[in-house]
Amino acid sequence: MNELKPSDSCWFNYIHRIVFLGENRNQIDLMSEHSNLMNVALHLGDNALILGHRLGEWCGHGPVLEQDIAMTNIALDLIGKAKMYFDLAAELEGKGHDHDFFAYKRDVLDFKNLLIVELPNGEFSDTIARQFLFDQWHFLMLSELANSSNDRLKEIAQKSLKEVTYHKRWSSEWVIRLGDGTDESKAKMQEALNEIWYFSGEAFMPAEYEKGILPEGLKETWMTNVKAIVSEATLTIPEEDWMQDGGKTGIHTEHLGYILAEMQFLPRAYPDATW
Amino acid sequence: MTQREGQAWNILATVEDPEIPVISVVELGIIRSVAELNGVLKVEITPTYSGCPATQVIEDSVIEALNQAILSPFEVSTVLSPPWSTTMISESGRQKLLEYGIAPPESDSVDKQALTGEERQIPCPLCKSKNTKMVSQFGSTPCKSHFKCLDCLEPFDYFKCL
Ligand SMILES: [Zn+2]
Repeated sequence: MNELKPSDSCWFNYIHRIVFLGENRNQIDLMSEHSNLMNVALHLGDNALILGHRLGEWCGHGPVLEQDIAMTNIALDLIGKAKMYFDLAAELEGKGHDHDFFAYKRDVLDFKNLLIVELPNGEFSDTIARQFLFDQWHFLMLSELANSSNDRLKEIAQKSLKEVTYHKRWSSEWVIRLGDGTDESKAKMQEALNEIWYFSGEAFMPAEYEKGILPEGLKETWMTNVKAIVSEATLTIPEEDWMQDGGKTGIHTEHLGYILAEMQFLPRAYPDATW
Repeated sequence: MTQREGQAWNILATVEDPEIPVISVVELGIIRSVAELNGVLKVEITPTYSGCPATQVIEDSVIEALNQAILSPFEVSTVLSPPWSTTMISESGRQKLLEYGIAPPESDSVDKQALTGEERQIPCPLCKSKNTKMVSQFGSTPCKSHFKCLDCLEPFDYFKCL
């Protein structure tokens, strides 16, 4: 007689949850802070992984051996950072996944990287423009994150910052060398900047999950630093103000799907393969 | 230092860096600490470059060496903070790098040239000439830059500051 029918049971659970929610406001806030932090770890990890993968595509195709090696070295640094961020995400998620899970077992909509890092390599000048705009942001962001109140993000940022100092110098020097180079290299560098420019603003448009965790208000300093290099390169900053976004919340260009198809083929076709 | 901690340091001093097999992981400064706690030997290691493929090999070698020396039970863990720096390479480590043909890092934690764009004069490890030139900031491994000597004309690696 007192037996609960399934529908009663659901209703009971529903009421119970409302009571639970009401009484545990603080706990809910903590839970959302937790998931925000995990999304930030994925956003930073995805930036590093996808750009690392793109640079890795240059392996054996660089314009000269030294620059081939430079791009693959930077790729390696970035993939190392992706691993650190994904380890943090795995810890926060608490489902027993490891870093490989986040790289190989998620689909396009789950990725939170900036759109700029998934754009194709194009010519060498296109790769340099992408790297330069990203590095200038990456360096500034890590400089701030190195003082974060979150110990885990702080230690990853401190570790990364020294390496990114080298990346930023490399890409900035190439902007200057190509811009202040021959007529042809100058034209190509300017065109590359113009084409990628409207992907440069997304980094400064905060997603809900990053508020209060990632540094804000970096755009002005970034613009000053970018302008200094661009004018030393005898180039001009594109006039376009409108900026594309979406990547941070999983809305990507068509290019990301192709990257994932290539990157994830092996672990999906041969799960748990080792060598 | 307990007896087992001392034994662990001694055995770790024989574990070589896989990419520069003349310098030990202790001289390289990547063994952060060794501490015996409730009968368990806790060994902390720290990565050099975050993407350096040698990191995993080093961890495996450390575990193997501790096993061979019958020092179990032990735990090996990775710590990131404070980040590894080339200033953590010991004096004997720097000397061994030089003898191996790799110019050891200068003293700053990040090469100033990475910030200011100034060229730094790195002495050639072979003929000691300071008349050298950087070919590329990035070399054969993440930790090295590629240089050439303008006097003896030999190319060489410089262990860049981090
Ligand atoms: Zn020489």
